[in-house]
Amino acid sequence: MTAAANTSPAPWRADLFILPLIVALGALAALIEAARSPDPAMVIQAWTFLACMIAIGAFYLKTYGGGIPLEEREGYANNVVKAGVIASMFWGIAGMLVGLIIALQLSFPNLFYFPDWAWTNFGRMRPLHTSAVIFAFGGNVLIATSFYVVQRTSRARLFGGSLPWFVFWGYNTFIVLAGTGYLLGVTEGREYAEPEWYADLWLTVVWVGYLLTFLGTIIKRKEPHIYVANWFYLAFIATIAMLHIVNNLSIPVSPLETKSVSLFSGVQDALTQWWYGHNAVGFFLTAGFLGIMYYFIPKRAERPVYSYRLSIVHFWTLIFIYIWAGPHHLLYTALPDWAQTLGMTFSVILWMPSWGGMINGLMTLSGAWDKLRTDPVIRMLVVSVAFYGMSTFEGPVMSVRTVNALSHYTNWTIGHVHSGALGWVGYVSFGALYCLVPWLWKKKALFSNALVEWHFWISTLGIVLYITSMWVAGIMQGLMWRAYNDFGFLEYSFVETVVAMHPYYIIRALGGLMYLTGVLIMAYNLWRTVKDAPAEAAVPANLVAAEAV
Amino acid sequence: MNHGFFERNSLVLLIGILIVVAIGGAVEIAPLFWVNSTIEKVDGMRPYTPLELAGRDIYIREGCYVCHSQMIRSLRDEVERYGHYSLAAESMYDHPFQWGSERTGPDLARVGGKYSDQWQLAHLNDPRAVVPESVMPPYAFMAKKPLDYHDIDAIMRANRMAGVPYTDADIANAVADLKAQADPNADGVDAFKKRYPKADARDFDDNPNEITEADALIAYLQMLGTLVDFKTYHADAGGNRR
Amino acid sequence: MEGLDYETVLAFCQSWSVVYFSLMFAVAIAYALWPSNQKGFREAAALPLQDDGDI
Repeated sequence: MTAAANTSPAPWRADLFILPLIVALGALAALIEAARSPDPAMVIQAWTFLACMIAIGAFYLKTYGGGIPLEEREGYANNVVKAGVIASMFWGIAGMLVGLIIALQLSFPNLFYFPDWAWTNFGRMRPLHTSAVIFAFGGNVLIATSFYVVQRTSRARLFGGSLPWFVFWGYNTFIVLAGTGYLLGVTEGREYAEPEWYADLWLTVVWVGYLLTFLGTIIKRKEPHIYVANWFYLAFIATIAMLHIVNNLSIPVSPLETKSVSLFSGVQDALTQWWYGHNAVGFFLTAGFLGIMYYFIPKRAERPVYSYRLSIVHFWTLIFIYIWAGPHHLLYTALPDWAQTLGMTFSVILWMPSWGGMINGLMTLSGAWDKLRTDPVIRMLVVSVAFYGMSTFEGPVMSVRTVNALSHYTNWTIGHVHSGALGWVGYVSFGALYCLVPWLWKKKALFSNALVEWHFWISTLGIVLYITSMWVAGIMQGLMWRAYNDFGFLEYSFVETVVAMHPYYIIRALGGLMYLTGVLIMAYNLWRTVKDAPAEAAVPANLVAAEAV
Repeated sequence: MNHGFFERNSLVLLIGILIVVAIGGAVEIAPLFWVNSTIEKVDGMRPYTPLELAGRDIYIREGCYVCHSQMIRSLRDEVERYGHYSLAAESMYDHPFQWGSERTGPDLARVGGKYSDQWQLAHLNDPRAVVPESVMPPYAFMAKKPLDYHDIDAIMRANRMAGVPYTDADIANAVADLKAQADPNADGVDAFKKRYPKADARDFDDNPNEITEADALIAYLQMLGTLVDFKTYHADAGGNRR
Repeated sequence: MEGLDYETVLAFCQSWSVVYFSLMFAVAIAYALWPSNQKGFREAAALPLQDDGDI
């Protein structure tokens, strides 16, 4: 088939004018920075950004140079979702690998540190790990699934022509810019919001595009209702925009320097940051992935959600309680007491909507429990909801002052985060990706269900090793810090508590290795599904019949 | 109530979401910006010197905050281990704050003066040479790398825009003050000490030939938590309770 | 900002947040249980299950 048959002449379309213009302006800004900046880190960042802009420009030229491609004129936009699936797998493996490396650094500091290579150190690699798994892996999963779900539940193609592609490439450009920046030592020094001012500005542009794509698709929908999964996605997109802008208010030292100075200081800065940090968990890692739960579990189980009414109460209570809970990260600090109390109270109340959501997800399977045995993908989805329930119970417990006095600053927090991240976010994402690949590539089924079983069991064992070792380590650490001897003196020096962590750090690294192994099995399985699995019956059957004639 | 209100109208849904989350954030965060009542009245706080500020930027650049907190909680064992619990006033010039969230390593809020410069330098070069059980990365490159301070006055100016009370003279003399603090024999030490009372001026990295990143970082570490005069601070005074 | 000192703002936020919180909860519950909404909810709940082969 020739290219001409696949395209049609381009009518004048705003997106094919505005978006390449944004890319060109981005490239121009990068050129100016590269030529004029006295800051070597900025020069490298500028060249990196320029390369990304050229790649996006090349994509536009290749896709739209000969007119509007056929794919864009009929049916759902599937290619951009496919791209999101591939990017998710890539970043997932990369981010978890970095996680494994930094776990090994804490376990075997003599082997995994290099005194003259600043970029290999824990302090620069940990933001790389957290950003790669949360924003690169999680973000691409959210973009891909939200694009898929909003089209199906709205019976409408994605809004904006090439805008979804701009969102995909633009977001991944942000990831590359942020990740390479950390290794260069470019950071705002605020956890989970480390990228510097120019990366933040770029993300703001991309995020406006994301909101427009999503909202535009809902507005032009052919269904009378907006399905509840889209509520969660919309809350995630809108609230992250607000959090991102407020928490990244900063004053660049100069337009030509990477560095900026945060607008707020001390206690105000701390509260703003943890208002952001906690709600990044609440709206990025919870609301967004609940959107996945509310679509993929009913779809896969072939039955509607257990209670739609409960899902509505879940939605509103979750978003209006979550937004208050941030100060539980700052108990017993210099934050005024009333704010601490407010944060603790709302965190405890948060337990209720969270469990409402968990019950809703689990009970969707009622009457179809046998699927847990026969379909490892649905088992993965259901176990993710169980982990959601577990970590949303643990969270409120840890935000009670007296518990927090023990758990704060310890590895218990790391364990808690990972039971949410590996168990909930990871598994619900894997479940969705296992669903999406056969659907998008029009395959009858996955290449191998047995490999999904292997993935499930190896990863689950990995999670168990990870979180139990961190629980034990964290509680031990907290107890050792506060232990007194018979004479009323502190029993342990700090370094004795570091020594006590050693075996648990090794077990944790082993758990991480197993989890990563599971993901590698998954990547192989998905790749073979795309390459070798038999095609779906419906459409190709006609082709086969036609060929037979 | 209009039936299917939110199901039907996407903009209403979006606005509803934004109202709900914005009110929650505003009500919780806004009161803290009545700064005078949020931060204790203390003696001794001053803005960072140029060298300390450069050291602090290295601390941020290397991600020290991912393993070290700078926030001593008001709990008995923490106060006994690290010193007086941290006051809000002590991070009033910290853009951004560096309270941290983990103690893979110990709290550093009051590490200033607890170890000698030589110990700090040896520890940065190879932590396991001085603390064999440590899991900290080595930062041997810092003592070899000349400090890049080409933009120190611009950094101070940005801090001033964010509310740190640097004077015009502070900013005009930024480079001179930075050099004076790292070299006790320099001409400008007296002027420097006048601008930054009680600040230490000495060769922090034991290398008089150049100002390295180790100079800046050690200068910063050695002043952490040393500014507030706790002899004149009364926790129970009316304005200090919150 | 005369008269609008820290204590006043604090008292206002603390008391009204309770009212606001209760009100939000009541509205959410009422909305979810409102009889005339139920038909729409049932239709919406079926959305993921329809055939999604094509638009």
